[in-house]
Amino acid sequence: MDAIFLQILNGLDKGGAYALIALGLTLVFGTLGVVNFAHGALFMLGAFCAVTLNRLLNISFERVSETETNFLGKPLVEQVPYLEQWFGPEVAGFLLDWSVPISILLAVVVMAIVGIAMERGLIKHFYKRPHADQILVTFGLAIVLQEIVRHFFGANPIPQPAPDIVAGAANVGAWLGLGDNLIYPWWRLIYFLFSAVVIFAVFAFLQFTTFGMVVRAGMHDRETVGLLGINIQRRFTIVFGLAAAVAGIAGAMYTPILPPDYHMGMDFLVLSFVVVVVGGMGSLGGAVLAGFLLGILQSFASMTAIKSILPGIDQIIIYLVAVIVLLTLPRGLMGRPGVAED
Amino acid sequence: MLRTLSRSDWLLLIVFAAVVLTLPWTMQPIGAAYPDLLQKFAIYGLFAIGFNILFGLTGYLSFGHAAFLGVGSYAAVWSFKLLTMNVLPALALSVAVAGVFAFLIGYVSLRRSGIYFSILTLAFAQMSYNLAYSVFTPITNGETGLQVRAIRASAETPLRDGDVRIIDQALGVQEVGIPISNLFGMKMSGYPGFYFCAVLLIIGFFIALSISRSNFGMMLKAIKSNQNRLKYTGVHTRPYLIAAFVISGMYAGLAGSLLSITDPIAGAERMQWTASGEVVLMTILGGAGTLIGPVLGAGLIKYAEQKVSSWNEGILHDAFSLLPGPVQDFFVEFATLFVGEGWHLTLGLMFMIIVIFLPGGLMEGFRRLRRALTSGRSSASRTMSSTSPVQERG
Amino acid sequence: MSVAEMATHGTDERGFRSGVPNKVLHVDDVHKSFAGLHALSDVDLDVRQGETHAIIGPNGAGKSTLLNVCVGRIKPDRGAVIFDGNTLTGKAPHEINQLGVARVFQTPEVFLDLSVLQNVMVPALSKRDGYFNLNPFTAFAGETAIRDEAEEVIANVGLKYHIHSPASSLSRGDKRRLELAMCLIQHPKLLLLDEPTAGMARHDTNATIDLLKEIKENGMTKIIIEHDMHVVFSLADRITVLAGGRIIAQGSPEEIKNNPKVKEAYLGEEQV
Repeated sequence: MDAIFLQILNGLDKGGAYALIALGLTLVFGTLGVVNFAHGALFMLGAFCAVTLNRLLNISFERVSETETNFLGKPLVEQVPYLEQWFGPEVAGFLLDWSVPISILLAVVVMAIVGIAMERGLIKHFYKRPHADQILVTFGLAIVLQEIVRHFFGANPIPQPAPDIVAGAANVGAWLGLGDNLIYPWWRLIYFLFSAVVIFAVFAFLQFTTFGMVVRAGMHDRETVGLLGINIQRRFTIVFGLAAAVAGIAGAMYTPILPPDYHMGMDFLVLSFVVVVVGGMGSLGGAVLAGFLLGILQSFASMTAIKSILPGIDQIIIYLVAVIVLLTLPRGLMGRPGVAED
Repeated sequence: MLRTLSRSDWLLLIVFAAVVLTLPWTMQPIGAAYPDLLQKFAIYGLFAIGFNILFGLTGYLSFGHAAFLGVGSYAAVWSFKLLTMNVLPALALSVAVAGVFAFLIGYVSLRRSGIYFSILTLAFAQMSYNLAYSVFTPITNGETGLQVRAIRASAETPLRDGDVRIIDQALGVQEVGIPISNLFGMKMSGYPGFYFCAVLLIIGFFIALSISRSNFGMMLKAIKSNQNRLKYTGVHTRPYLIAAFVISGMYAGLAGSLLSITDPIAGAERMQWTASGEVVLMTILGGAGTLIGPVLGAGLIKYAEQKVSSWNEGILHDAFSLLPGPVQDFFVEFATLFVGEGWHLTLGLMFMIIVIFLPGGLMEGFRRLRRALTSGRSSASRTMSSTSPVQERG
Repeated sequence: MSVAEMATHGTDERGFRSGVPNKVLHVDDVHKSFAGLHALSDVDLDVRQGETHAIIGPNGAGKSTLLNVCVGRIKPDRGAVIFDGNTLTGKAPHEINQLGVARVFQTPEVFLDLSVLQNVMVPALSKRDGYFNLNPFTAFAGETAIRDEAEEVIANVGLKYHIHSPASSLSRGDKRRLELAMCLIQHPKLLLLDEPTAGMARHDTNATIDLLKEIKENGMTKIIIEHDMHVVFSLADRITVLAGGRIIAQGSPEEIKNNPKVKEAYLGEEQV
């Protein structure tokens, strides 16, 4: 029982990341009709927003220490962050400690700009082109983005710290009265809650604002909405920015769980596409459901008990599920009829 | 079979063969006339020709063709380890195994079309890749890669560390150290290796040419043009698609086999989806659906890869040496983004530029250029070219 | 079928169903609903050998649904379509075509990337070789017999001077002719035409009528769905009128012209 519970917990944070990426993919596909293979790269860029912020906060100057000496007996040359100089060690320490959550602010702004620029500069010209062309051009863009990141940040994963206060593990078992051996890292729990909040925010935005209403109507029947004299184009640009921002903050917050490297976007993209297809192309609810479902399934498949029966199942479970779903439910779990059915 | 081709097709084939066979001389001025690179031209040319039979003719975009390349590589190395260092059994085994594998994947994937087909093939390729690294390590030797070894001394030595080569043993072939693949004694490295690949490339080109001119090829083109119409015309499109998928998978298996023949080691990275993306790019760059295009694209990309990735800052400083110091530094700094390790960035940019500006690839570019030149000369041909609309790639 | 409807056209209809042997297509009690909406209810229809049978009716009467049921695109909830002794319901489009049913679509469906000649040769190949024939080494250009026949058919539909043009360069009217040629070369036992003159100028419409009349003389059976009454009354031997998914009248053009229920159905539409 504990083990099952733990696996569900383990799947939640990964599932949250899948769901957030898949949500953006679906929004873009549903509104703009574009298959965006560069969406994973946006997740990766978001993660590197966190890295960048951390580095910015750490920009230091050299100072000759007055008190300490090095092993040769000469005065020690210290690296002092400007932050410490300006705000004192306490504020600086706090900012550095909380750099990942703070980087969400940076990621939202940067990624929204990147997203809007991408839509205006490139994607716009591909609305009427075949899906194959869209896949190819965004695939090229994804390579370009990840290689630029590799040029500036190198090929190795760059670990990012979670704030000290949540660095440990939560005793989830004790809360639920299941005994003490059910512990779970705080940050993963936070990531799950964070993704749930973002998902609810996006849904609420689409459900309760006029803007959201137009977007939903556009997803349903683009031509009619266009005929109503609503400038659907500009709204779609904003939707793309929104999707990019969601992917970006998903990436930034994920950095303490998985140290970001330049190809993490591609790794997540392939999985997220599978998630979208399983959920049903064009269905937001389906994307979220499938994201969590596949995250949890994946963590179950990595249990030793299951791996000993079906060796290697953890490596392929998601793809296997995708194949089965695609062949038995052509529209995915929650897809509407008529959306990219062929 | 010979009646398949018209006179101009035979001419094309002869010119193609001549160009391929003289590559060791014609490539000298651009510094590409060494066997390793020429072998790559021929091998990836075959891979791209095969991919084009599926994507170019039917319009089905597979994102998982590298899986067949990888399977072909493994099969060839196993043939070396178990049977003989002669390349013919290796080729036969690779093509057969890749064909069976392609049939299994194609049979399932082709139940869907469009983007779903792309994602299904991608999913299958990723599964193969992941399995090659995990469960199938006894067959693939995981991250180390599968290699040809010396004949094992005792039966206790695991097969991955010592080979048996039953046929060679039975024939009493003497081996010194790690043997090299051969064709009845002719070593398949260096130029002989290139010529072996080149002959197979020419045969592969001939088969693709025949397919393209055949009834079968016409049905594939009709599928790309309007599959729905074709169904109501009494054609069952799935078997045609499966046949095209299997044929192109066999080409990929052949290419994988040649990779192992010229360098007897097989690793799972050949199955990764970036490798699948590469063959898509080769085909698009040259021109999907054209005959020469994919080979041209493969050659260009392998050449650029070799050159661009070998450039470093020193070479760049030489290139910009006419500029004053700070300007030179700026240009060099900017250019390092694209060369050496940055080769993939250049590749990605090329990908985007081709898809955005020239979806028909280089062959389409040549056609437009020729049309522009001829219509500049006479106004009559201009009116003719304006009535025949440019065909869109589906 | 309600008692009242049977009274209006039942007798001669019933007699035909039971007696006449040379019927090509028999639609037997077909019923289809989409999400609770009855698209077709209790549809019985017989098409005789060699006749041109028009199906007319106001918008949303179920004409296209009926046609799609006939070609296997839509599976009915109940009932069956029997063609030449074979049940069509549940068969795939290519199987139905192989049995001898060809179809012209509402918007012309041709192979845009191929030339006019190739467009016509492909259906001829499928007629000769069946639904699948793995022949990667049979030269398409070597199919001289089929090419000769295709050239003849293309000349007959008036596309002789476009024979090597890509189909994408044809006008809409010419695409329709091409589609017709693609059907004719298969010598189908039954030809289904879905609004063959939709979106055509009057001149093109008349040319199409002439063309279809010519085919009629070959004795091919045709079902035609059409809005344009001019076309219907120039071509049809018999007419079936659908309204609200039900057959409300059936008979010769003269009978239909004078049928009060038909007038009512059409007037009703105009009032909306």
